[in-house]
Amino acid sequence: MSGKKHSAPPVYITKRDGLIWYKSWLIRIVAVLLALVLCSVIIIALTGFNPLQVYSAMVRGSFGTSRKLWTMLQNLAMLLCISLAVTPAFKMRFWNIGAEGQVLVGALATAACMFYLGDSLPQPLMIAIMLVSALAAGVVWAFIPAYFKAKWNTNETLFTLMMNYVAIQLVSFFIALWVPSGSGVMGVINQNSRSGWLPSVFGQRYFINIVVVAIVTAAMFIYLKYSKQGYEISVVGESENTARYIGIDVKKVILRTMAISGAVCGLAGFLLVSGTNHTVTTNTAGGMGFTAIMVSWLGKFNAAIMILTSFIIVFLQRGAGEIATKFNLNQSVADILTGIILFFIIGCEFFVNYKINLRHKEGK
Amino acid sequence: MLSTILSFISAAIIQGIPLLYGAVGEIITEKSGNLNLGIPGIMYIGGISGIVGGFIYEHSTSSPNAALCILIPLLSCLVCSAFMALIYSFLTVTLRANQNVTGLALTTFGVGVGNFFGGSLKSFFGESGSISLLTTGNYYKTKLPFAGSLGAFGDAFLSFGFLAYLAIIIAIVASLVINKTRVGLNLRAVGENPATADAAGINVTKYKYVATCAGGAIAGLGGLYFVMDYIAGAWTNDGFGDRGWLAIAIVIFALWRPNLSVLCSFIFGGLYIICTYIPGLSSASKELIKMLPYVVTIIVLVVISARKRRENQPPAHLGLSYFREER
Amino acid sequence: MASAAIELRGITKRFGSVVANNNISLFVNKGEILSLLGENGSGKTTLMNMISGIYHPDEGEIFINGSPVAISSPHDAFDYKIGMIHQHFKLVDVFTAAENIVLGLNERGRFDIDKVSSRVAEISAKYGFEIDPRKKIYRMSVSEKQTVEIIKVLYRGADILILDEPTAVLTPQETQKLFAVLRRMRDDGKAIIIITHKLHEVLALSDRVSVLRRGEYVGTLKTADTNEMELTEMMVGRKVSLNISRAEPVDPKDRLVVNNLCVTNRDGVKLLDDVTFTARSGEILGIAGIAGSGQRELLEAIAGLKSVSSGELVYNDFKTGNSENLRNKTPIQIRDLGVRLSFVPEDRLGMGLVGSMDIIDNMMLRSYRRGNGVFVERREPRELADRIIEQLSVVTPSATTPVRRLSGGNVQKVLVGREISSAPTVLMAAYPVRGLDINSSYTIYNLLNEQKARGVAVIFVGEDLDVLLELCDRILVLGGGRVTGIVDARTAKKEQIGLLMTKHGEVEQ
Repeated sequence: MSGKKHSAPPVYITKRDGLIWYKSWLIRIVAVLLALVLCSVIIIALTGFNPLQVYSAMVRGSFGTSRKLWTMLQNLAMLLCISLAVTPAFKMRFWNIGAEGQVLVGALATAACMFYLGDSLPQPLMIAIMLVSALAAGVVWAFIPAYFKAKWNTNETLFTLMMNYVAIQLVSFFIALWVPSGSGVMGVINQNSRSGWLPSVFGQRYFINIVVVAIVTAAMFIYLKYSKQGYEISVVGESENTARYIGIDVKKVILRTMAISGAVCGLAGFLLVSGTNHTVTTNTAGGMGFTAIMVSWLGKFNAAIMILTSFIIVFLQRGAGEIATKFNLNQSVADILTGIILFFIIGCEFFVNYKINLRHKEGK
Repeated sequence: MLSTILSFISAAIIQGIPLLYGAVGEIITEKSGNLNLGIPGIMYIGGISGIVGGFIYEHSTSSPNAALCILIPLLSCLVCSAFMALIYSFLTVTLRANQNVTGLALTTFGVGVGNFFGGSLKSFFGESGSISLLTTGNYYKTKLPFAGSLGAFGDAFLSFGFLAYLAIIIAIVASLVINKTRVGLNLRAVGENPATADAAGINVTKYKYVATCAGGAIAGLGGLYFVMDYIAGAWTNDGFGDRGWLAIAIVIFALWRPNLSVLCSFIFGGLYIICTYIPGLSSASKELIKMLPYVVTIIVLVVISARKRRENQPPAHLGLSYFREER
Repeated sequence: MASAAIELRGITKRFGSVVANNNISLFVNKGEILSLLGENGSGKTTLMNMISGIYHPDEGEIFINGSPVAISSPHDAFDYKIGMIHQHFKLVDVFTAAENIVLGLNERGRFDIDKVSSRVAEISAKYGFEIDPRKKIYRMSVSEKQTVEIIKVLYRGADILILDEPTAVLTPQETQKLFAVLRRMRDDGKAIIIITHKLHEVLALSDRVSVLRRGEYVGTLKTADTNEMELTEMMVGRKVSLNISRAEPVDPKDRLVVNNLCVTNRDGVKLLDDVTFTARSGEILGIAGIAGSGQRELLEAIAGLKSVSSGELVYNDFKTGNSENLRNKTPIQIRDLGVRLSFVPEDRLGMGLVGSMDIIDNMMLRSYRRGNGVFVERREPRELADRIIEQLSVVTPSATTPVRRLSGGNVQKVLVGREISSAPTVLMAAYPVRGLDINSSYTIYNLLNEQKARGVAVIFVGEDLDVLLELCDRILVLGGGRVTGIVDARTAKKEQIGLLMTKHGEVEQ
């Protein structure tokens, strides 16, 4: 009937049965190298600088001085903490992209305690109250979308996304309430009494943050891999039907897991305010809630690998910040480089999971 | 009083136009099953590419020509925005990457590119200060010739640059195409059930690519409108704010319908600026009002999921990749 | 001789290491109905998917009207006027019938859904279908949906039609109607391939019949020259006698008593209607019925996975002498009552196991809750996994291999092994030998027999009547969600069961 001549597609794609680990990491390393080459081309095109010089400046930006190193570790810790927070939800295939908001409400609750309680309480009690409020706030923020997901299967991606902006406005609201001048900028809280500030240890003000996140990392790794609840999360994520079949209450697991997710976000908010900034702004989470999604996903929801992926991202951002200052560029170059490297890492997973086969020509 | 209301309506429409572009772009994208969270980044790209195009043109000639002043930024905006969407399509459709992660990376990248060039463009040309393309901006802001002669009504409804009307036209055309044409039917099928669409002989990959790129280009126009018309050819870093996310909220609020999104965009635009029209508001309550669009969107989302009316649901395959030979 | 409407030569298709089709050749002429006969998993659907452009063959050629073609997409298939009616309907739920029918078409002229609707009405009238073109698919019954699928193909003027087990979901009346339509289309000069594993349909409808067995081509016969016996032998490849051992039940006692059980779906349609039977200890109760007669719902209702609208499920505990009603109890509540219920579901990797987890973690599915600790215990599951691998000779690189990578038979051994490891008192198995090779099938039969000997009440849902007749003690037949008969498997005749399976249509008249 039809006069059209069709030919078989020259390539076809099949799912790999599983790739030996070193091969899959080789693919990923090649992807990062390709991304760095592309970044170099862009750097040369934009600035004319030698990219090697630029990259070495990036390394110095992260490791150059002990202060830079500590700041890098602090940033790494916070990003990792939020990434750990979203991981149990993702493992359950619940797309919690609301970490930004959950961190913010945690931060807001912490700041509220500091603001209202001032130095009226002894420091340990003060910190305990702040911590509990932050965790509670994070839990509530995560629980709301989870509840509707469990009840009516409300789309959690869109719901949690919207909750971020509700949280941002909530922070703006309280800042406007607390700052009578109307400047919309909350200064450092309890500057003189330092009430509610996490203390410096060994002269390092970020020490506690880093230690806490290290503990959370280990705990999350163990929780997901060795606990009964972690096992349930894996089952629900892989197959809701199987979960039902063995009598797992899927709704309960969704609520519980999101509560944990929210609590760890709340903890991150607490650390950011009590340990790092001693104030709150709409930018306290600084987009880390979104970056964390990529860290967690790239880390295959494995807490140990996520240390590496969050390091890559923080290193890029710190390094790009350094070159921006050094070569008099705009700070946003960090986002561009991060974006490009993310594209390559995201794309390379395809070659890890699928095989491209060439179709052999068949005789007529 | 009446003049306040009319000026409020006019301002709400002006605020709503970038949102409308973003929302219509995202609706077209989502109808193909792609949840493109890169739209906020694409809108930044749309804005900055227009600025760069306009800047280079204004610098290359001493007497800028009106048509070129309009066309060069417009084309560079469309091409760059569509290219961003192409990156998204390539990663999510061809390489089957996770849509959420890809979209968020795209937004990081787009906002970065926008702020980078916005902040450094002049220094590349050895100049200092912030970008100001008054000539181009003025061409973009040109009103309908008869708007002035219609008094207050003309001021409220007809006093916009051409991109504002284009937004409404695009929304209505998109609505007609999606609901009344063969292409629209096929597109909806791809987003609802790609396996069925595939079996019916529809090229799922092509539809996803084309819809996503067209959606990206349209969303980019929102950024262009913002920089060229709303702030008259200037750029401030992060000036576009969270409008991209608001556009995604409108998609839900408008129940994935482009014609409804026109109204929704103006409502959201109104909510965005209503606090400046209500006298005696404290700065705190202004922030609460700004929260309204998101809260309303959440309520809509919950209500449609609770009522389960099939016609109001998100496209059934939204956010998922499609792979034919999977079994 | 005029060339065949469609001819396949030497078609081979592999999925990973599994050969789904091996060197298959067949043809259909215009004005002819060809039956493609084979058991479940014999590769019929895979083969037809290559004709309709869903898959592409690894080797071999397809000829249409004598010239070689490459069908690389469903779109190509349409260009060659090939229309396929899938077993699982390919319809968009939120679209109307008319919208689904024109989906993907490139007709000339303005797109006018009303015009489409009137043409659909025309076709419907011509063939005697009853369909409202403006009705949304999600509001339709199964047979209405199939009607839409068929009209879709007719609308496109297909010359070569492929129907994948079209009668599985139809009542006998609907089947007769369908056959009348198919005959009319044959007389119109169309080439029709009907995939089936029902012999009486093959004989009633087709001109020729091609038989596949485990992905291999067995042969083609003229329907007029053959009979059920010959076809069955070609299909199963051996005498129908299976030599499955069957012991007399020892001391059977009523273990599970199901009374007037009703299950309805969301739309209020009864999936199980007044089902009453008893499963006894030390006995294998077979459940027969055409696909979708309520088998799945019955097992899921007993296992606590499906809510029951009325009736009772009484479990008798011989040790305590208590009787418990399991109706609407969760699986955990059932377990906490001390009821050791094991269930091998039909969907092995989607329900019984988690494909991406290794064998050890899959062993834990049933037992991970044990103990009061927060952490899971992997020592016992590891031992269990090793034991199952050894005793059931599961072929696997190791106990830490994801079960998805195992072959079908080995997956099933892992699942059945786990389910019987908990020393159940009731064991339910849905299609436990589907897609398995002969050796694995016999392993499973032996395991079920062992359980029976231990006094377990075994409920076996099967599709192969010969197996049911040789393995089971009694056979319950489901038809349209109702029990149409319970027979003694030692004395029942195959035709008798076949009759009961299709009986529900008559009951409803």
